[in-house]
Amino acid sequence: MLQITNLHANVGDKPILKGLTLSLNSGEIHAIMGPNGAGKSTLGYVLSGRPGYEVTEGSVTFNGQDLLALEPHERAAAGLFLGFQYPVEIPGVSNVQFLREALNAQRKYRGEAALSGAEFLKVAREQAGALSMDMDMLKRPVNVGFSGGEKKRNEMVQMGIINPALAILDETDSGLDIDALRIVGDGINRIMRKPDKAVLLITHYQRLLDYVKPDFVHVLADGRITRSGGPELALELERDGYKELAA
Amino acid sequence: MNVPVPTRHDEAWRYSDIAAVETAWPLPAPESIVVPAGGNFARTIVQDAGSIHQLEIAIGKAATAAVHILNIGGDFGRVELNVTLHDGADFKLGAVQIGGGEQTLEIVTTVTHAEPNATSSQIVRSVLADTATGTYLGKVAVARDAQLTDSEQSVKAILLDRSATANAKPELEIYADDVKCAHGCAIGELDPMGLFYLQARGLSPADAKKLMLQAFVAGVFEGAADEEMLTEAALKKLGDLV
Repeated sequence: MLQITNLHANVGDKPILKGLTLSLNSGEIHAIMGPNGAGKSTLGYVLSGRPGYEVTEGSVTFNGQDLLALEPHERAAAGLFLGFQYPVEIPGVSNVQFLREALNAQRKYRGEAALSGAEFLKVAREQAGALSMDMDMLKRPVNVGFSGGEKKRNEMVQMGIINPALAILDETDSGLDIDALRIVGDGINRIMRKPDKAVLLITHYQRLLDYVKPDFVHVLADGRITRSGGPELALELERDGYKELAA
Repeated sequence: MNVPVPTRHDEAWRYSDIAAVETAWPLPAPESIVVPAGGNFARTIVQDAGSIHQLEIAIGKAATAAVHILNIGGDFGRVELNVTLHDGADFKLGAVQIGGGEQTLEIVTTVTHAEPNATSSQIVRSVLADTATGTYLGKVAVARDAQLTDSEQSVKAILLDRSATANAKPELEIYADDVKCAHGCAIGELDPMGLFYLQARGLSPADAKKLMLQAFVAGVFEGAADEEMLTEAALKKLGDLV
């Protein structure tokens, strides 16, 4: 599904990714772990097309398409979803209105019919309910006044509504208490653990991986994947730290 | 009486398109409105053809006046309000100006609290692209005896291009000592992280901008009899700019 080959990327003049190669197949959940400053968030932003993140070398194909040639909204319509580490507050724009417009823009791009207001609300209600989020919160302006945990839960509601093929979740576990972590973990499994989907979990800690069992674990250090393995690698990292393994 | 054409040295015309003002000069006498004691007045002004509107409103005891302005059209569009409030009167202004190309758009208000207990609220939102100029000059004057005046000005502008210009000058002249006069003023750009967030969820750059701008002007026309028409016309103009 996703093939990243020898990816180099700069933020400003500073090289952050330095030859990253990674491949995800349908039905797989991959976890990327690594120390601060290794380039984990940069990878998420580069894949979703954030302005200012410049690819200098390498390629990324997503379901056979050249991902890097697409605009951010085209990548979304192609099935890529980025769960933000810091979901953005947008005063004045209601969640419901934004998500309906976003979903219908994606559907239009793919040549599908738009959802009516009633159809959309039904989907939104289901997803909010499954993530124990009050519908009233969905009517409020996007992330404004939400706690850190509520913002992360809102990202998962959005993921459920948009129903992407590939989710890149950037530290979706940070800022969550134990209960919220379980709800979010269940949400990721319910929405994304499917034969035709894939997930790239970017995380610092093992604890999310107790809920969302990865098929593969990779260590990202200094802009490259330095080690790959099965779920046991995460436990090893938790025990020994990054220093040993990144070397 | 022959009033000379204003120049840039006139504070109230400092940012105007003087060439356009000259062609419109001399202006007809301002429209004069007297709202009787206890009365209610409402007016919607859509400036979409490049013209100068001048309105004088005297609001009588315990009377109300609400003016909603959409200033969007022509090379030079200016709406001037001269409002006088008497005891316990209320004035509300909700104004949006949206300009692109080389447009010059202005809203100039003088709100005088001549007597006590009157309230006034002015909300002005400007969106400017290309090399357009948008100006709000708003003077609030509180007379010596106008105690318990409550006046509020909220002025915000968004520049879609670095080449556009916004001028905002809220001005207070207060001669009473027991009054509340609030004013806030902000000029900025759309939050790039917000735009990226919306695009990452599937909105095109133009739709993402439009959604954020729609939120920026939302609420200004609340309560206007023509709220729907004003909102639609504003959105259409925003759609042309993004």
